[in-house]
Amino acid sequence: MTDEQGTSGAILVVGGGISGLTAALEAAEVGNDVFLVEKNAYFGGRVAQLNQYFPKLCPPSCGLEINFKRVKDNRRIRTYTMTSVTAVSGGPGNYEVTLETAPRYVNSNCTACGDCAEACPDEIDNEFNFGMNKSKAAYLPHEMAFPRRYVINKEALSADGAAAVKASCKYGAVDLDMVTDSKTINVASIIWATGWTPYDPTKMDNLKFNESDSIVTNMMIERMAAPGGPTDGKILRPGDNKEPESFAFVQCAGSRDENHLEFCSYICCMATFKQMTYIRERYPDAKIYVFYIDLRTPGKYEKFREKLMKDENSTFIKGKVAEIIPESDGSVTVVAENAVTGEKIKQTVDLAVLATGMQPTLSAEGTPVTLDTDPSGFVNSNPETGVLSAGCACRAADVVTSNQSATAAALKAIQVSRRS
Amino acid sequence: MDKKICTYICTGCGIGEALDIEELSGVVTGEMAQECKTHACLCGPEGRAFLENEKKTEGINTFNINACSPRVMQSEFDMGDDTITVRGNLREQVIWVAGDAEEGQEDSHKEWLQETASDYVRMSCTRADKTEMPEAYEMESMNKDILVMGGGIAGITAALEASKAGSKVTIIEKSDVLGGKANGWAKQFPTSYPYAELEENSIATMIAEVEADANITVKISTEVARIGGSPGDFKVTLKAAGTTSEWDAPAKVGVDEQDLIDKGEMEDPNAGLNPYGTANEAADPFGAVVLATGWIPADVSEYEHLGYGTNDKVVTNAEFEAMAKDGKLDGLNKVAFVMSPGSEENDQDFPYANSVTSMVALKQAKYVRENNEDAQAYILYQHMRTPGNMELFYKGVQQDDGIFMTKATVTGVEGGIVHAKDTLLGEDLDLEVDLVVLAAGMVPTTKDENTINLAYRQGPAFLDLDLFDGYADSHFICFPYETRRTGIYACGGVRKAMNMQETIDDATGAALKAIQAIESADRGVSVHPRSGDKTYPEFFMQRCTQCKRCTEECPFGALDDDEKGTPLPNPSRCRRCGTCMGACPERIIGFKDYNIDLIGSMVKAIEVPEDDDDKLRILVFACENDAYPALDMAGMRKHKLNHMIRFIPVRCLGSVNMAWIRDALSAGLDGALLLGCKYGDDYQCHFVKGSEIANTRMANIGDTLSTLGLEPERVRSESVAITDYDKVAEMVNDFVDEIVELGANPFKGF
Repeated sequence: MTDEQGTSGAILVVGGGISGLTAALEAAEVGNDVFLVEKNAYFGGRVAQLNQYFPKLCPPSCGLEINFKRVKDNRRIRTYTMTSVTAVSGGPGNYEVTLETAPRYVNSNCTACGDCAEACPDEIDNEFNFGMNKSKAAYLPHEMAFPRRYVINKEALSADGAAAVKASCKYGAVDLDMVTDSKTINVASIIWATGWTPYDPTKMDNLKFNESDSIVTNMMIERMAAPGGPTDGKILRPGDNKEPESFAFVQCAGSRDENHLEFCSYICCMATFKQMTYIRERYPDAKIYVFYIDLRTPGKYEKFREKLMKDENSTFIKGKVAEIIPESDGSVTVVAENAVTGEKIKQTVDLAVLATGMQPTLSAEGTPVTLDTDPSGFVNSNPETGVLSAGCACRAADVVTSNQSATAAALKAIQVSRRS
Repeated sequence: MDKKICTYICTGCGIGEALDIEELSGVVTGEMAQECKTHACLCGPEGRAFLENEKKTEGINTFNINACSPRVMQSEFDMGDDTITVRGNLREQVIWVAGDAEEGQEDSHKEWLQETASDYVRMSCTRADKTEMPEAYEMESMNKDILVMGGGIAGITAALEASKAGSKVTIIEKSDVLGGKANGWAKQFPTSYPYAELEENSIATMIAEVEADANITVKISTEVARIGGSPGDFKVTLKAAGTTSEWDAPAKVGVDEQDLIDKGEMEDPNAGLNPYGTANEAADPFGAVVLATGWIPADVSEYEHLGYGTNDKVVTNAEFEAMAKDGKLDGLNKVAFVMSPGSEENDQDFPYANSVTSMVALKQAKYVRENNEDAQAYILYQHMRTPGNMELFYKGVQQDDGIFMTKATVTGVEGGIVHAKDTLLGEDLDLEVDLVVLAAGMVPTTKDENTINLAYRQGPAFLDLDLFDGYADSHFICFPYETRRTGIYACGGVRKAMNMQETIDDATGAALKAIQAIESADRGVSVHPRSGDKTYPEFFMQRCTQCKRCTEECPFGALDDDEKGTPLPNPSRCRRCGTCMGACPERIIGFKDYNIDLIGSMVKAIEVPEDDDDKLRILVFACENDAYPALDMAGMRKHKLNHMIRFIPVRCLGSVNMAWIRDALSAGLDGALLLGCKYGDDYQCHFVKGSEIANTRMANIGDTLSTLGLEPERVRSESVAITDYDKVAEMVNDFVDEIVELGANPFKGF
């Protein structure tokens, strides 16, 4: 990383998840200057929250580690966390972009020793873990966070907390007077790699997400299964910490549905098969019921599906879930109709997992500047204007396909730089 | 460069409180005979100013920073291109894993901790002393043009996109026209919202664009005989398609096979061919290669119950597409599209199918309807696979009341009747139709042919093809373009059955990777995963015994050899993993900042106390990609590690030379553990084979130890994932316990 001002022809990548990192690195390793901005306090985006990738069942932090090393070793990339784009003017080859960096309240003196968190008396919901546990108000966003620098949630800090946190730091890294910082950069092109957000499960009234602790999302399962997660890798029912004896996966929770997301979210079938392996590892005898419309595991993913479908304690039901009913004993009943047999099914389980869909983040949160998006909220990539999109900002995709699209976007951006 | 070394010990983050810094400095200035300075916070602005001043006023150019892990604060301790920075990890691997003293051991605990820190300081001083400034490798000749193999949509896209970035490109195409499979398409899939209507075939426009592009040369009826050389300097021999040539790429012949050939007991597969190492003066130079040779329709005649090849009412989707293109759909009033062979055992699609075949069935059903508004199409599927936005196309087709779709297990086709069960209609089906179309898959051209035709020592084809059913794919989810052949990037149907949009993205990405490989070769630096690394393996050939281990084991086929077996390095193919260095029994391969002497000396720098069972020494070589970060995290989570352990990071376990282990044990260290990535079919090793090779070597060294009278249990190799940070401490501590059980190394003191 360098602090020099970028040369003309620099590329702005918005979003530091796997697609943004890939686009930024692939362009920088050709030799272009890149600004990589990320709204969170850490890079890695959605995949940083995953326990494993399908179908290899390998940890995403392994590839992220390599990518972070590439970022650190490359002087052409400048990185900004807690930063958003607030304005864009100009045209291809010469965009002027305003970036706003929210105060982290911890400056670059931070050595990540952890003393501030230890001293901090105040707690906040751990967003990285979907609120399933608490973290201190002075915290490292997650274990493998890059950059390895603490963050302070100032609003959650009591007066005593503020004093304690400030006093705990031997290096003068705590700066509670930090303010929003704004800067302008000039770039030739912009790659939107703003990724996806799990579709809000409370929007599906029939699935009763809010009405029972026994209904969780697939992303919550990822965090529970992760070694550094809220339950240290145990899959437990929130609320009573019961070890579930039965699970139901509710596929297409929000996807393929005109009232919610009309597209297919691409990854949820494979994600469910993957999560079945998490369950099997922990509960060899647990019953698993998968309610699906189609099992979309084409091509090389078929082997993975085949392996999991041999599982003797698992039942696959072709049928969209009509309703989930919370029961008084903490369990839930999943109601569906088997599309092949016509039979109405009521299956009571300890834990229901909603395979929630993939909403483009810019559609969930709104676009910060005017962007050419389709009605689903995906950003149309336009090589002519130099406003490009990559990964799940562009369309629903798995990690491999996202990285292919990010690599392609990097070349499109380089073309703009080279013709200007 | 004349090195001026200084060792800096940071006393921040609790290091100063936990350790006797004065004594530690004494180790540096005394036995290590280096200058030593301390600072309260080296990574802070004052620390940085202090170090910059050291460079400016003291002329220090080799900074030995003993502070936190080398994984953090890289930019803070990067003192510029004209300097070397070496790190000693006193925080994560010493004080953070010290844990609390057990009762009654408070004094020993402090002593042990100090000893551990001293050893890490000794090792970093040794590293600083032995590290040389890397100089990037300069190619003798450099060509920046790109060769694209295959003139279908993927190849054309790669060529056009590379050209738009300023590259010169040559497309070679086996057939006598550009366009590939797309020439046969009646229409193509929708590519933009609302994804409702089929689009006119754009291949003619794309071909016209290629023809108008001054950067692109097209050679039709041409194929590759062989590709030799390396990124930035590939030498490609082209030939007329379908002919044979003396320059065809030779098959790999192993030592045993060569023996048989020499004895006349085996036919030489390469008879009449020039050896792989012979340079063809007439070959065309290229900087990188994009492999876009596509796919061929799968044979579905094995499914006898479906009647393909025997029943003239049964055709494949590829054949149906041609019928549509040629306007031969008249008279078809009812057409059934069968997407799964309908076996009793499973509900898979046809082999080599992908979501594309679902899409093709939907597209072709629309052809039936567009050709004749009274016609009916039936799609019988097990799983309708239209991921992402393709779902919208599926929804649109569902609106057509002349297209019937149902899940069904097709049990057979007899004449014009399709039998199916398990349908959504609640009954078995006997469907009478005019034509049955089978959703045959798309077989990559790499499945049965070498295709890429490399004139490499390790043979002409991509490796590991069987892991991916013959697709020329990467095994890395995070890094889809990284195969085991540097500078050659596959895209399109050769690595996955893809739809239009995916193919265009993939081909554009492959073009970028080709350009990047060329730029990296030109700068003399490594590509992924050690991107930008200027070091490369250097060989002291005078001592080479032509054992061929390096050439065999290189995961990337970077090393060719001459007739005697002397390795011929190709630095721009090399990924700098050091597997060759680990393989070499003569220890003649090394990098400027990573070599046998450097690591060997670090091992020897570890102090080996005698006659004290509380002070055994266990060496752990940890892969810096996954194991070392996991250990760092274990430190962050304050997992206690046994005080007898000493870690040394390595580029990859493949780079661990068994000489280090032997020397360690003969120097009196009591055990050695290797921590590397998972290997096997789902390998996680970033260098593909490194950890697997290391495991084999460790098994062998165990045998060697036995002959010396040492227990083979003193050495072991373990797989660690980066997320194993809560397990790795226990794994390492357990190993120590086993060594303690065995007792001290009997060689100690000799």
